[in-house]
Amino acid sequence: MAHRPRLAVWKFASCDGCQLTLLDCEDELLAIAGAVDIANFREASSAIVEGPYDLSLVEGSITTPDDAARIREVRAQSRTLVTIGACATAGGIQALRNFGDVAEFQQVVYARPDFVATLATSTAIRDHVPVDFELRGCPINKAQLLEVISAYLTRRAPNLPTESVCIECKRRGNVCVVVAHGTPCLGPVTQTGCGAICPAYHRGCYGCFGPMDSPNTEALTESLHVHGMAPVDVRRVFRTYNAGAPAFHAAAEAAGHEEGAP
Amino acid sequence: MSVRTIAVDYLARVEGEGSLRVRVHDGRVDDVELQIFEPPRFFEAFLRGRRYSEAPDITARICGICPVAYQMSSVHAMEQVLGLRVGGQLRALRRLLYCGEWIESHALHVYLLHTPDFLGYPDAVQLAKDDPDTVRRGLALKKAGNALMALLGGREIHPINVRVGGFYRVPSREELDQIRPTLESALDIAEETVHFAAGLPFPEADEDYEFVALQHPEEYAMNEGEIVSNRGLRIPVARYDEEFERAPVGYTHALQSVRKGGTPYLLGAMARYSLNHGQLTPRAKAVAHEVGLEPLVRNPFRSIVVRAVEMVFACEEALRIIAQYDPPSDPWIAPPDPIPAGVGAAATEAPRGLLFHRYRLAPGGQIESAEIIAPTAQNQKRIEEDVRHVVERSLALDDAALTGMCERTIRNHDPCISCATHFLRLDVERT
Repeated sequence: MAHRPRLAVWKFASCDGCQLTLLDCEDELLAIAGAVDIANFREASSAIVEGPYDLSLVEGSITTPDDAARIREVRAQSRTLVTIGACATAGGIQALRNFGDVAEFQQVVYARPDFVATLATSTAIRDHVPVDFELRGCPINKAQLLEVISAYLTRRAPNLPTESVCIECKRRGNVCVVVAHGTPCLGPVTQTGCGAICPAYHRGCYGCFGPMDSPNTEALTESLHVHGMAPVDVRRVFRTYNAGAPAFHAAAEAAGHEEGAP
Repeated sequence: MSVRTIAVDYLARVEGEGSLRVRVHDGRVDDVELQIFEPPRFFEAFLRGRRYSEAPDITARICGICPVAYQMSSVHAMEQVLGLRVGGQLRALRRLLYCGEWIESHALHVYLLHTPDFLGYPDAVQLAKDDPDTVRRGLALKKAGNALMALLGGREIHPINVRVGGFYRVPSREELDQIRPTLESALDIAEETVHFAAGLPFPEADEDYEFVALQHPEEYAMNEGEIVSNRGLRIPVARYDEEFERAPVGYTHALQSVRKGGTPYLLGAMARYSLNHGQLTPRAKAVAHEVGLEPLVRNPFRSIVVRAVEMVFACEEALRIIAQYDPPSDPWIAPPDPIPAGVGAAATEAPRGLLFHRYRLAPGGQIESAEIIAPTAQNQKRIEEDVRHVVERSLALDDAALTGMCERTIRNHDPCISCATHFLRLDVERT
């Protein structure tokens, strides 16, 4: 019998939502399990097969000294390593600590902060080890996850778009929330892949898939101001789930600041 | 003198990262420690300075399995400060969205995480090789719950359509009608699930729980109600602090919840069912009766039956809400201008139990402080008691079998360690 590729799913600092996306593939899950050997997926199975693994899906960001060491072990055991979601590709919402004082954060949340072993930053997997592919989203999109798994099983590159949400939004036939309603929207600078859901629900995009390739955040910032966002709110909107992505980080820095706001 | 240590370094089939240590000394259980080494993410710290309106989306990211619970507790807490009263169809739609999350989360736990324990499989994929129909039933139920969440919320994980005051867009009648056949079929599957679950082999256990859940005069509580227990507790949510405390305990110096005075309590499906079963929907009540589910469930292994009954309830309730739906003219109630300062607290019933949020807002709507108490943080101490008792009853088992029983005991309560952002990993010293 031919060797079935071994799949592993790893978790670092995260909400579990991206690995749950794999279990949310209700129609495909059993087919996936037929095509690959799900060798290490703690959330779903107590049977663990030792590495090496052909494909590792990595969820979550690096926030502790132990995890910084563990991701190197994961890399060493993985032929292909794909990060899944905003935590793993940009540090996630918990990267907001990068702009604060983590010692002070610990005192706010924990009764005995001296017992928390944590790093001052939450960083992407690529800051620690080489990554073969980064799947965007907070959370990732199911169809995109299936494409990534299929691609690596057949040893080809994933075919996923890097254009802006605007393109997908037009294709979906949404009415533009900016043009029609003056609603501030990050769609023009955000990578597509979600299905342009927010505009379809009459809401502006909030950037959960992170920056597109070469985003013009300066022009977008002007548009956000025109549509009523104060500088401090522009800063906030770039500082959410992909705050650590360089283009969004720079856009937040370029926006204004006010006392007490992040 | 003999010392026996049961250690599970990495609990499988739970959401998040945890481990267990049990020390048995001369046939007596000395220590039980459910350790949770999920890295801290500091939500309460970085929420400060954010706008009140950002809380539902940001706190959803605490948990990918029950994001709606975080969205619901946060919007209700904020609406208290803002003086908004969201009733009528908007309130019904929130309940409908929550039904989707209960179905999705319970189906995940019942079929993919819990059932393999009873049938001796490491996971549902292995189970599917011998019994594909059972696993397909579970996946179909889960898919129905997710479909409902995606319809109302835009997507199933971290829905985008919830906001303080209501929604961004409300569905049309036709959109809700389209999901009826899916939910009708899910209702049948959920009923089958109750019969299936009730027929599983249950280890003996009899735990004297203090069950805590919300209770509402007119409905099986989800979004609103008073906090009640089977030992006479009855308080409004705002008085949570008077009855519950988060005590520093040995290896989790952080925040392990107990009742004032130190006794542990249990939240979740068993608590809700035991306190509120009289308010279940007709078919949920009937099927619970048919399988002989006792009104006060004291065997935690039978929680799988209770979750199945709650899935029947959630399907029926969803269909009821859809049948009476009349789209509201506005998708939300706009906030007052300016945003007042103040403190708001709310609790809702996450699939795993009562989820408490409290926020203090500065004038203008900036968050000054946030406090979030997740169900698993509250259940942790009671789960340890369960483990202690199961070990005491099962000392004759060899280490592998006893370890397996301990893991099952933890999984009985569907712990969501990702939610329990307050937990710490601490190294335990032993002598």
